[in-house]
Amino acid sequence: MIAPAKNRTLPDHDRIVITGIGLASPNGNNLAEMRENLLNGRSGVSDYEIRYVGKTLAGICDFDERKYQPRKERRRGTRAGSVGIYCANEAVVDSGIDWKNFDRTRVGIYIGVTEHGNVETENEVYELKGFDYDTAYWSHHHNPRTVANNPAGEIALNMDITGPHYTIGAACAAGNAGLIQGSQMLRLDECDLAIAGGVSESIHTFGIFASFASQGALASNEDPTKASRPFDVNRNGIVVAEGGCLYVMERLSDARRRGAKILGELVGYHMNTDATDFVLPNAERQAQCMQRALDRAGLVAEQIDIVSTHATGTDSGDSQECAALRQVFGKSEKTFFNNTKSFIGHAMGAAGALELAGNLGAFTDGVCHATINVDDLDEACRLNGLVINQPRELRQVQYILNNSFGMLGINSAVIIERFSS
Amino acid sequence: MAPTDIREAILDILGDIAPDDNLDDLKDDVAFREQLELDSMDFLDIVMELRKRYRIQIPEEDYQQLASMQSTVNYLSPMMAGI
Repeated sequence: MIAPAKNRTLPDHDRIVITGIGLASPNGNNLAEMRENLLNGRSGVSDYEIRYVGKTLAGICDFDERKYQPRKERRRGTRAGSVGIYCANEAVVDSGIDWKNFDRTRVGIYIGVTEHGNVETENEVYELKGFDYDTAYWSHHHNPRTVANNPAGEIALNMDITGPHYTIGAACAAGNAGLIQGSQMLRLDECDLAIAGGVSESIHTFGIFASFASQGALASNEDPTKASRPFDVNRNGIVVAEGGCLYVMERLSDARRRGAKILGELVGYHMNTDATDFVLPNAERQAQCMQRALDRAGLVAEQIDIVSTHATGTDSGDSQECAALRQVFGKSEKTFFNNTKSFIGHAMGAAGALELAGNLGAFTDGVCHATINVDDLDEACRLNGLVINQPRELRQVQYILNNSFGMLGINSAVIIERFSS
Repeated sequence: MAPTDIREAILDILGDIAPDDNLDDLKDDVAFREQLELDSMDFLDIVMELRKRYRIQIPEEDYQQLASMQSTVNYLSPMMAGI
């Protein structure tokens, strides 16, 4: 007998649901577009060029920055801020909430970021070179653009939100960390509506490409759409992507009261730390992270229908995660595994939130989208339920577990349940 | 630079700083702030752009000279005469 999820025993006030999604992905500017491209195997990776590094590949977004942001505001702000503004506005529209009359002192903004400030700092130093490094030419915009809360603060300014706003620096686990923070603040009554998730402007900093290249972890391929290939024996690294995904989260009691459409319920999560290496992952801690997320939800592995893997296309990262997955899900015959980075690359701070969003459509269409570009499966990455190259129709998807791991050994797992009243 | 050229240079800078504003009807003898959505950071942008584009250093005590187009052109004319 499988125990019911713990959320069912909680009062509605302590249950946290997703009621809106806004996203900017290299393969879609809203959830429907992204989902369609995921189900049809369409990659969002393309050729890219950036100063000093030269020709490379990236996941590039083409959302309309001007949809919600005046040109002057865009000029003053950052790309991360702009991504955040687009996603936050889209999420609020999607939620159907009466935004005009909503008490914005009770809205909290919790944005996961892998890094922030590199883009602006690099740009300023580059400009300064033209002035013989005379700091009199250093922009007065540098500080407000590079403070760590910048993307969240820009959303607050744009949307006239006066509740708490800040970013959560959590490397590539940041998207999940934003969601977790949002749910915690709702449970603590710190806000009535959370705008939470993650954003990334990372393709605009040459340093991230150069550093991955120096580490031997930057993907290359003659065909950009084939470059991001987690689990394939010929994978050769990460495709850096930009993007964002923000969720409107509410307490179930509030969502029910206003008759909101509910896209899913956050029923479990966990974050932990390897404490073993700056960059190399630790399968044991990753497995522990997933298991504790299951424990918090009151679930067992066999109840998870889809695991959205973190795998980035590196040798060690992919095989270690698969070892962790075998440890937790090795006996489960009904759990399937996919990877969204194979379509869009690694959207860094946005990755966890975007990859979860890409999977949420499975609650309604019952399909697990694939991991593309697996031409020759690495035996170290073999998993019974790995969905390769073609989407797989499942009967009904009730639970999705979303992994997101990052440098300095930060691990996160989030479990979302299909909502049924 | 002649005063008319300086005016054009300032308009060019303002066009970048306030891209959403219409500069066609800008009145030279009325303060920028009364006609455009400009704040203190924007005025620092004007100072910075003059520095970057024309290597003109404007001391902080003279910032008030940049209140309107007329006062700005008057103030900059001697400094930009040789450009």
